[in-house]
Amino acid sequence: MNYYLQILTVIMINSILAVSLNLITGYTGQLSLGHATFMGIGAYAATLFTLKLHLPFLISIILGASVAAFFGFIIGVPTLRLKGDYLAIATLGFGEIMKNILLNLEITGGPMGLRGIPKVTNIYISAVALFLVIFSLNRIMNSRVGKSFIAIREDELAAEAMGINTTQFKILAFIIGAFYAGLAGGLYAFLFRYINPKDFGFMKSIEILCMVVLGGMGNTYGAVLGACIITVLPELLRSISPVIAQYRMVFYGLLLIIMMIVKPQGIISAPSSNKKEYKNSLEKGGQ
Amino acid sequence: MLKLDDIVTHYGNIQALKGISIEVKQGEIVTIIGANGAGKTTTLKTICGLISPTSGKVYFQNKDITGKATSDIVEAGIAMVPEGRRVFPRMTVLENLQLGAYLNRNRQEVKNYLEEVFTLFPILKNRKRQIAGTLSGGEQQMLAIGRALMAKPKLLLLDEPSMGLAPKIVANIFDILTEINKEGTTILLVEQNARMALSIAHKGFVIETGKIVLQDTAENLLKNEEVKKAYLGE
Repeated sequence: MNYYLQILTVIMINSILAVSLNLITGYTGQLSLGHATFMGIGAYAATLFTLKLHLPFLISIILGASVAAFFGFIIGVPTLRLKGDYLAIATLGFGEIMKNILLNLEITGGPMGLRGIPKVTNIYISAVALFLVIFSLNRIMNSRVGKSFIAIREDELAAEAMGINTTQFKILAFIIGAFYAGLAGGLYAFLFRYINPKDFGFMKSIEILCMVVLGGMGNTYGAVLGACIITVLPELLRSISPVIAQYRMVFYGLLLIIMMIVKPQGIISAPSSNKKEYKNSLEKGGQ
Repeated sequence: MLKLDDIVTHYGNIQALKGISIEVKQGEIVTIIGANGAGKTTTLKTICGLISPTSGKVYFQNKDITGKATSDIVEAGIAMVPEGRRVFPRMTVLENLQLGAYLNRNRQEVKNYLEEVFTLFPILKNRKRQIAGTLSGGEQQMLAIGRALMAKPKLLLLDEPSMGLAPKIVANIFDILTEINKEGTTILLVEQNARMALSIAHKGFVIETGKIVLQDTAENLLKNEEVKKAYLGE
């Protein structure tokens, strides 16, 4: 595959990751530092379904995503009673546990990872996947479920007082987010044909979080924009000098700090679920 | 209508309520007055299921609602205006109000309730597209009350509606509470501003460190020497 097509495909996969984390962190307000773990679970599960059970690609990645969603549920039930920092730390711990499990199981190939995955993912498949993810996410966000997510982010106690079952909806956000991340993981495995636990570690989680924060928390298209920038930038840096590209993590950290100071709401921000209403309110507001 | 029978509530190891028994009759405005940390907010949270009591029972319309999920309690007809207003800051006024009717799936009914709230608080109609966080304190309090009314409650719980507001706005809000009550909603009001609360209430309870120490008609409480000294600043 052509180099540029490859980058475009990676942008789409990263966009799915950013959009799915944005559902959990941006819309529902639950800080997760283990999102790459769901991606990894999806990648490993999809790969194993194909390599061991010889299931077709499409079924494998959907089953892989479902396995990730199941883990989202398993992790969500005990941890989503925690709030803020505590939840972030718990998701961090979950990521480390999963990484070590993947490193030590025989079926996952240990530190060697899994190789010999057929190359199926291409620009079209990833574009369709991204489209479906955004389309379904928009449907969710415009429904009662989506309003509940945002209400929880805005004020959890008030949301509960309105009769919203906040624990249930937080778990649901985790399940949906994990499903999409697992899907992205499957696409990733069938693009690079080789996976190992390091691909889905803490650094990847932070990278996804950077995309969301950079693009704009609570905005799906902001997350896509963030994914584009964070994917393309290291490539640009590499073309300037390979040495600089090695320091991309430094760059991510710096980017997060600068964004928090200069524009904490991200490049694209939409506090209201309805942009037009928000604009109107800005014009009318503060009289 | 509402009856609390010997409610004990803990926060971890700390006993916040040490056996609270109160009764609210249909059509009344009842107030619970007391100092900071006496257990007023805990009482309201226990009623609407945000905290489960360790022991004791809550009855609403002769049904035991102790330990039920908040959504069931809202559905049964109890809505709360939380302390500090707690509107959804980055949502519009309209979205806030719609979330108040979260459990109601009948669109026509929600529309009618919205009109009722707008009649009660015309300012909210003018500002319905404004982001709630940009409203003034008084307007946010009105929005919080309007949001609770969207659930069409039989019993409205209010936690410190006067907090942080100018006296003139407090008076305005208390007038509206009287009006809401006259239209048939029973009100349980928790307040530090005892004079204001007793002036509109029929009945009052005085709470101190998790216990009811005094209960009487609002009129008598206003004349009570201890209440005068401790809560009315006379």
